[in-house]
Amino acid sequence: MTSLPESTETKLGLVIDLDICVGCHACAVNCKEWNTSGYHAPMTDTNPYGADPSGVWFNRIHAYEVERSSGDSGGDSQTVYFPKSCLHCEDAPCVTACPTGASYKRTEDGIVMVDENWCIGCKLCSWSCPYGAREYDSHEGVMKKCTLCVDKIYNENLPEDRRQPACVATCPANARHFGDLGDPSSDVSKLVEARGGYDLMPEQGTKPVNKYLPPRARQAEPNSISPHTQLEDAAPDGGFLGWLDKVLVD
Amino acid sequence: MHPAYSVIFFTTASGAGYGLLGLMGVLNAGGYLPSDKWFGLTGFFLALGLITFGLLASTFHLGHPERAWRALTQWRSSWLSREGVLAVLTYMPAGLFAIGWVFLDQTAGIFMVMGVLSAIGAALTVYCTSMIYASLKSIPAWTNELVSPLYLVLGLATGGLILDALLHIFDTPIAGVSVLCILALITGALLKRRYWQEIDAAPRETDLASATGLGQIGKVRVLDNPHTSKNYLQQEMGYRVARKHALKLRRIATVALFILPIILLGLALAFPAIALAATVLAVVAACVGIVTERWLFFAEAKHVVMTYYEG
Repeated sequence: MTSLPESTETKLGLVIDLDICVGCHACAVNCKEWNTSGYHAPMTDTNPYGADPSGVWFNRIHAYEVERSSGDSGGDSQTVYFPKSCLHCEDAPCVTACPTGASYKRTEDGIVMVDENWCIGCKLCSWSCPYGAREYDSHEGVMKKCTLCVDKIYNENLPEDRRQPACVATCPANARHFGDLGDPSSDVSKLVEARGGYDLMPEQGTKPVNKYLPPRARQAEPNSISPHTQLEDAAPDGGFLGWLDKVLVD
Repeated sequence: MHPAYSVIFFTTASGAGYGLLGLMGVLNAGGYLPSDKWFGLTGFFLALGLITFGLLASTFHLGHPERAWRALTQWRSSWLSREGVLAVLTYMPAGLFAIGWVFLDQTAGIFMVMGVLSAIGAALTVYCTSMIYASLKSIPAWTNELVSPLYLVLGLATGGLILDALLHIFDTPIAGVSVLCILALITGALLKRRYWQEIDAAPRETDLASATGLGQIGKVRVLDNPHTSKNYLQQEMGYRVARKHALKLRRIATVALFILPIILLGLALAFPAIALAATVLAVVAACVGIVTERWLFFAEAKHVVMTYYEG
């Protein structure tokens, strides 16, 4: 059924902290590692060792430069690494666009899924997604997307603390958090509340579940700290260093 | 958007086919068309042939064409599914209408009703085709309110041009059909001009500030893309060739689809001696024009996801 559920029991999703992300791509790599042998296996690569490699990835890490508009220090810019994956939208246009019912949103936890045994590969879902979360596997002829590691987060063969999406579990900087964003008392909801977490492209009306945390404000004006002010005096007056300076001078 | 040939042929061929079928149904009900068997056979062959060819072409770009029937199941939410369902449903009255006309020499009574039902089905199917695109908020140019009227009027105009040429080939010209085509073409030309003006002037709602949410901090620019070679998104949605030549292509589409056929039909009305050649040429020009117009419709449309890559 490609009609969206009116509500879901939980709203599982990710909170991505743009203040912390260092752009190492570990999330993308571990995502590929888990999922290429998971639900959407294989995540096909075409021409992987050639001049023009391409392939299916559920996670892409962009890099942006933000020139801060506040403050009078002109040219104060900051690099922001920006991981992007499926946002598991509440009003997911990719689900309603699907003509076959292969795309659906789970009533129990709100995860947006593709049943690739049912998908006809018409690509309309990927056209309807403003975020580019879905990637077509031309080798398999079906659409693939982030499953929030549905085969990991409920996997009872794994110890409980490891039942997290691959991207969250692997992040060395702890920039990614996973939880129920429908429960206001969950850790992720509190984090979003405390840090002013926001939606991407709110004007598209998709109501994404995943939230992004903005980079924190700079603590001090970088230009007010001169590298020289932190070093010792090169020509000290008095004391042992002053005596040494005098003795050694020609 | 990448202009896939299968989708261009699907929308243009089925549009013209449904236009022809719809006109045959309505004009037959009004008693305007010759009930000649061979005229009917040729008309249905072209109408149903174009429709079927178009629908088949739309399955060529599928990853799994053998699963295409599943696209008929989700009519509650999906415009693509609705289009498929209506296309299949329209075959039923159209088939009966054709059987009555060609094999039973009957174009009145129940067969006339089947013709009218075919026309309603044709209009609804073309409307659903347009809504497949018009419902995609992620492609702002397609959400323009003129997209559906344009699909309908261009289907009517191209189907009408074929009917007009057919009537001349069977030596039973009807001036009213030529006039109808001219009116449809003028309407189409005005709407298309308006559409181009509106999409050019439309303010950009989604930019890098809203796409990344970093606009609240300052001015955002792309520093580095996530990958070194093109991925699926850039291949499918990052098409830029048409935008480079957009103005020239718009002129070609306007001349071939609207101006030339209007002049040729005017000549056909004024000089019956060259009417046959003029109406056939009008079809040829319109074919070039409608394919260019549809190619531009896809290639010019910018998907908001490219904001992440290009700013």
